[in-house]
Amino acid sequence: MALRSTDILTQTPQGLYCPLGDFHIDPVRPVKRALITHGHSDHARSGHRTVLATRETLLIMAVRYGEDFAGSTQEATLGESMKLGDVTVRFTPAGHVLGSAQITIEAGGTRVVVSGDYKRAEDPTCLPYEVVPCDVFITEATFGLPVFRHPDTREEVRELLDSVALFPERTHIVGAYALGKAQRVMALLREEGYDQPIHLHGAMERLTEFYKSEGVPLGDTPKVIASERSKLAGAIVICPPSSIQDLWSRKFPDPVTCFASGWMRVRARARQKGVELPLVISDHSDWDDLCRTIRETGAGEVWVTHGQEDALVHWCTMHGIKARPLHMLGYGDEGEAEETASTGGEA
Amino acid sequence: MNRFAALLDRLSYEPRRNAKLRLIMDYFRHTPDPERGYALAAMTNALMFKEAKPGLIRGLVEERTDPELFRMAYHYVGDLAETVALIWPAPGHENVAPISDDTPAIGHNNPPPHVPTLTEVVETLATTSKSDLPAKVAGWLDALDETGRWALLKLITRELRVGVSARLAKTAVAQLGGFEPDDVELIWHGLEAPYEDLFAWVEGRGPKPESGNPAPFRPPMLSHPLEEEDFVKLDASDFLAEWKWDGIRLQAVSGHDSHGKPVRRIYSRTGEDVSRAFPDLVEALTFEGAIDGELLIVREGLVQSFNVLQQRLNRKAVTPKLIAEFPAHLRVYDILTEGEEDLRDLPFAERRKRLEALVARLDNPRIDLSPMVPFETWDDLATARANPASVGAGPDADAIEGCMIKRANSPYLPGRPKGYWYKWKRDPYLVDAVMMYGQRGHGKRSSFYSDYTFGVWRDGPNGEELVPVGKAYHGFTDEELVKLDRYVRNHTVNRFGPVREVEYGRDRGLVLEVAFEGLQRSTRHKSGVAMRFPRINRIRWDKPAAEADRIETLEKILERGEKEIHPLKDQEA
Repeated sequence: MALRSTDILTQTPQGLYCPLGDFHIDPVRPVKRALITHGHSDHARSGHRTVLATRETLLIMAVRYGEDFAGSTQEATLGESMKLGDVTVRFTPAGHVLGSAQITIEAGGTRVVVSGDYKRAEDPTCLPYEVVPCDVFITEATFGLPVFRHPDTREEVRELLDSVALFPERTHIVGAYALGKAQRVMALLREEGYDQPIHLHGAMERLTEFYKSEGVPLGDTPKVIASERSKLAGAIVICPPSSIQDLWSRKFPDPVTCFASGWMRVRARARQKGVELPLVISDHSDWDDLCRTIRETGAGEVWVTHGQEDALVHWCTMHGIKARPLHMLGYGDEGEAEETASTGGEA
Repeated sequence: MNRFAALLDRLSYEPRRNAKLRLIMDYFRHTPDPERGYALAAMTNALMFKEAKPGLIRGLVEERTDPELFRMAYHYVGDLAETVALIWPAPGHENVAPISDDTPAIGHNNPPPHVPTLTEVVETLATTSKSDLPAKVAGWLDALDETGRWALLKLITRELRVGVSARLAKTAVAQLGGFEPDDVELIWHGLEAPYEDLFAWVEGRGPKPESGNPAPFRPPMLSHPLEEEDFVKLDASDFLAEWKWDGIRLQAVSGHDSHGKPVRRIYSRTGEDVSRAFPDLVEALTFEGAIDGELLIVREGLVQSFNVLQQRLNRKAVTPKLIAEFPAHLRVYDILTEGEEDLRDLPFAERRKRLEALVARLDNPRIDLSPMVPFETWDDLATARANPASVGAGPDADAIEGCMIKRANSPYLPGRPKGYWYKWKRDPYLVDAVMMYGQRGHGKRSSFYSDYTFGVWRDGPNGEELVPVGKAYHGFTDEELVKLDRYVRNHTVNRFGPVREVEYGRDRGLVLEVAFEGLQRSTRHKSGVAMRFPRINRIRWDKPAAEADRIETLEKILERGEKEIHPLKDQEA
């Protein structure tokens, strides 16, 4: 008899837990053994005794928290199965940021996929998402409402470049999460032929260097020197979202405030942040891709971890798929959490 | 339509007034008649479509989307037009469609998509019959992109919400020809969309349009709230004071048309013609000129509370019974014109004399003077403000919500000029209450949990319990909003659609210091009281919930029998 899904995975205050393998996935508090889907700080926290993750995710954690972020670490090779206790686990690309992976857990003929954060759209900075057929699919729902349909990122980047051409006397300050989004915006700019230096806020520097060292071509990305901000008319500057409105950004010549995020699809969200040029560029799946992915996995049961759970659960139910919201705290939570953690939780 | 949509789009992201002005002027310069005239009409809220209403849009979107998904999306986005613009399914789109055995409503034989001009939209909406409208609007929505859909829907719902006031749009027109906004304002009420004569005039191609309105609206002068530190800077001897009445600001204008027939109008402070709602007052305007005052309900010489006034305001039909029961009264405090003479450049003290003479001549009990409050020092005025009855306000003291302080030499200037008029309201009441529910906001606050229901302690059948006493959605800063929003999310115990119940109890919960202007008994509220204009004064992160106030604190305020009513019904004196 096949195991019940809850025998394979349960919800604990630390996060999702697999009793048969005795490990947590993306735990929000320190645990004995953690499997980490990707390097964003709401998923990858320091202080676990052992951490299993992709090579890139482990390196990202080391960049962020220091070499001693965990008691010990183990590298997961994409596509390779390994035995943990009574279960088999496998990491598969999630297309979210560099190193991001879904984690498949299999036991007694039942397959559960914890997808972490994922997207289906093209991204020059990471491996594309791979569909893993499964019985139970565990998904996020950051943009789990049918108003979220992400446009073609190239159109958005062209809009930024048009604005730069239109206002050569002003600096374009682009708010973007330090891990993933910032590098994706840089790579997209390069794809559109932008060959000027892209200036970086200090908080962007180390992760950007890491991306370059992993072979992602991002071109010339000098760090902004505080005393020379007034000379950056016509330039593109990338900084953490928390910096687009603070004093730091006011020292540039008549800055145009831009923000690269899926939230920019909703006008009020852009205005709440004082954004003049919203760029709808997201590292998460939009509504259509969430629905498509659920269909493609063939899962009969869907658990929704965080975000706009209710609508996605409703959609699943309408389509005859068993679904329940987990209401998990400590993750993105509609992206508000990013405000305090400018280098972490993202959208 | 696309050009107009692009204008609205840019305006909606542009916070700076001058930049908005530039955008609008730029649009007017580069857009031909009548297109730009209809845009001006949209921005001044002068378009009215009899059949195209929000209900039509709801109907269209309900045919195409699952109602539950639409409801959730709407609660999140907080704006009907934007929700529909975003959720509108492209042909063949399945992830929002309702599951149904019926033949879906989409996929009918529409003509090929055609992107309409604004003029076409406005003219079609005005002339198309109710039964033909849905197909017409749906066709446009299919043809337009997301921004175009949003602009079209904004037009139909008549709420542009792009941070442009009618005043700003008129200013843009005026500046095209180097005129003052008041020059446009004075002839505005005689004009009609698409305003070709107005554009011709400001561009020097035609004569100044006739006002056409012998009783035009003139923008009122507004005041600033008085801050503690202002007293040091202001010399009491330069100022005069009046009571601040708890009513509705009105402008009453009377003139005559070319046949000598009297034309009498009553305007709200935003320039809306509300004459039809107050025939009893219109009758009393037997003068020529424009006066500024407060609408009050007076029964047997006694000013009634704002609550009573609201009962008259809320009625659609003005019946003789309503007029008899709620007689409208104008308590005047300024005069803008008399006969052909514009008095607005005279000092306030001079205008006041002219006003006193006019009211004396009128000799009509429906129109009387707002009395001056005598004082020599700010301390005198503070005493008067704290106790209006002590300085002759008599039985009307209850309808007073503070003082207006006006510089004796101040001209009557439109808008809110600095340094002339101040409002000094009575201090609000404060109570410490516990947050019980958070609800998602609308407009600017959409998707934030920004509306908070709070309660105070009372004895219940099972010991002490919290009873909700009010709901507040402002008073906090944007930074505090982010924190409150996070608090709601992280302490949710129950979800009811857009509402979340948060943790509360003797040993948990968040205390909010709530300020309010007054209390009334209410049978609609569980607690039996209703607050006037409650807002979050402070967030008491430090205070244990058990130490929040009890219902008795509120009941004491009620029992003081003061009918404490001094609200901020339209934000302005």
